[in-house]
Amino acid sequence: MRIRKLGYMAVAGALALAATACGGDEGGTGGGGSAGGATTITYWASNQGTSLESDKQVLQPELDRFKQETGITVQVEVVPWSDLLNRILAATTSGQGPDVVNIGNTWSASLQATGAFLPFDDQALTGLGGKERFLGPSLAATGAAGQPPAAVPIYGMTYGLHYNKRLFREAGIAEPPKTWDELIAAGKKLTTDGRWGLAVEGASATENAHHAFIFGRQQGAQPFDPSGKPQFASPQFAAGIKQYLDLMAVHKIVNPSNAEYANGTEAVQDFVTGKAAMLMWQSIATSLKESGMPEEDYGLAPIPLPAAGGAGAQVNGFVAGINLAVFKNTEHKDAALQFAKFMTSKQTQQTLNKAYGSLPTVQDAYDDPAFETPVIKTFQQILGTTAEPLPQVPEESQFETLVGTAMNGLFAKVAAGDPVSVEDVTAELADANQQMTTGG
Amino acid sequence: MVTSTTPRDGAGRGWPVRAAGLIPVRLRRIGLPYLLILPAIVLELLIHLVPMLIGIWMSFLRLTQFFIANWSAAPSAGLANYRVALDVNTAVGGSLLRSFLLTVVFTALAVGLSWLLGAAAAVLMQGSFRGRGLLRALFLVPYALPVYAGVITWSFLLQRDTGLVNHLLVDQFGLVDERPFWLIGDNSFVSLLVVYVWRIWPFAFLVLMAGLQNVPEDLHEAAAIDGAGWWRRLGSITMPLLRPINQVLVLVLFLWTFNDFNTPYVLFGKSAPEQADLISIHIYQSSFVTWNFGSGSAMSVLLLLFLLAVTAVYLVATSRRRDHA
Repeated sequence: MRIRKLGYMAVAGALALAATACGGDEGGTGGGGSAGGATTITYWASNQGTSLESDKQVLQPELDRFKQETGITVQVEVVPWSDLLNRILAATTSGQGPDVVNIGNTWSASLQATGAFLPFDDQALTGLGGKERFLGPSLAATGAAGQPPAAVPIYGMTYGLHYNKRLFREAGIAEPPKTWDELIAAGKKLTTDGRWGLAVEGASATENAHHAFIFGRQQGAQPFDPSGKPQFASPQFAAGIKQYLDLMAVHKIVNPSNAEYANGTEAVQDFVTGKAAMLMWQSIATSLKESGMPEEDYGLAPIPLPAAGGAGAQVNGFVAGINLAVFKNTEHKDAALQFAKFMTSKQTQQTLNKAYGSLPTVQDAYDDPAFETPVIKTFQQILGTTAEPLPQVPEESQFETLVGTAMNGLFAKVAAGDPVSVEDVTAELADANQQMTTGG
Repeated sequence: MVTSTTPRDGAGRGWPVRAAGLIPVRLRRIGLPYLLILPAIVLELLIHLVPMLIGIWMSFLRLTQFFIANWSAAPSAGLANYRVALDVNTAVGGSLLRSFLLTVVFTALAVGLSWLLGAAAAVLMQGSFRGRGLLRALFLVPYALPVYAGVITWSFLLQRDTGLVNHLLVDQFGLVDERPFWLIGDNSFVSLLVVYVWRIWPFAFLVLMAGLQNVPEDLHEAAAIDGAGWWRRLGSITMPLLRPINQVLVLVLFLWTFNDFNTPYVLFGKSAPEQADLISIHIYQSSFVTWNFGSGSAMSVLLLLFLLAVTAVYLVATSRRRDHA
């Protein structure tokens, strides 16, 4: 009798445990729940400022205003760039993720192909004030051509050459470099004891891939053929990557320690603290403000273009920026769309883009004089004339990770003093290309 | 063998008739232990076996970016994922093999060093002396620290420009002129080994220390009277008596080390340098790099099979040796 009772208890206990184990999922789905009738949505924001914490401080007042207007609470988590894509992938695979997420706009087509995001069809776009409100280049970077956007643009950006005017003056350099040779010459003059000509984020796959694209295009490379097939292993691409690596390897104007920089903020810190005189980057407005670097010391110029008439393309940036996407399996679709509307509204666009030094993605936000500064004007001019969008093909994200990671390894070699030839780069690219094709 | 499991039989042994009528005695006797471990079995199934089976299932799918949001739509890949992983002439298979060999070397060194350190510390701290308790506690600190906290601290220490290690080596002692890199390039293997051994050797120490408590003191005394020195007693008494402990300890250390993901992931971030590209992180990275989770699962299954095979061979070999002894 006692034995049987024990047995029953054991079975009952096991079942109860199993039941609670399964039941544990309920609260997690979609990340949000309803508390006291009010809706809560979760939002993964990308790291736009100097730190995750500073981003939170920029966003929170806006989220509070959103709550006042709609009663919807937004729980924000700022995700560092080194984790963001993997986190989104994990959320897609498991179906357990936030309601709304920021993505790098170059990933749009890749993530669109997974079907994880809610497409912004014409009706949804009308709800945001219509397609025409958005800037053309930004809206083009929201997914594959011919399909409804997988996300809506919220911050517009491109690459530029940031330089320290005071250090330039002290080195006797009158103006920012206009050609690659001038950049190297200036870098050499600026590299002195404890200070370097230029800073790079040598272990950040994302940054490396962006530069690979820009300089690869300058050498005439195309990462994908017209049908969207990867073709990384071209001599032009290798030449573009070598052009970038040589800043450290051959010209010695980049601190070898930069080969360790991985989290996407260290090179910027070197620039704003005067440890490096130049930086090829997107907007660094928040870092500038926090560092206390005097405004008059800071200047922005386009990254030098290759000589006209050569094989290379006149490209010195790409259509960068941040898009906002809604997960398809959200339980709070309406709230998420309201949030998308809020984030693309004139007032929010002005406030947040001002804070981040980025460009509004909607036309009507440009009536604020804050977007008339020389820096913003320069960014706008680059974006409007010599920036090219990264290919919106499903394999774009894999291109960034594969080529970027290969470049991490190449930078490590260069930093250790090992020579890296065009053939070495080509071999790495061939490996990356092969992984992509066998992997796909 | 009489298998008389009739109700009457059970009643005859003094069990209440009602209970005995429902469950035959023999079954009842055999069944109880199983009933008692049932909760453990159910949870084991849920937590370990089910994900493992799902992983095996995934390895036969073309689970690429087009299907990860809806697995059921993924087409079957047959054995294609395994073919790619095992074809050492491709970039994928070749780098997997390289990572595997690297992990073998790493595991051999890490297990050897951890065991050596653990055994030395345990044996030396066998005799009682002032401060022994304090030292024991101190030795266990790396093992007690959360992995992330311990390893991230190491990653700060090992940074080239701002790390304490280079500060000591270069600025304080002037042992090297050029600041070495510890987190990228060739030294990253050494860094990983040091951090890993630092983290895991206290476990060997703990287990061996417990094992030593079972070595009778009088054996040592008798041997000492017969003139056996310290080394002789270590080799002829302590080590043979520790053999069953060592058998399990080495196996566990091997499995943990071969599978270790946390240390390289926290130390290097998601892309470990190729000199320290252990197999777990390699598999993780190659799945997330190409978004092909089927291929990553196939690699994981191969790893699982390898570890199972090694474990089986090891257990058979060591227990046979013990039988002969």
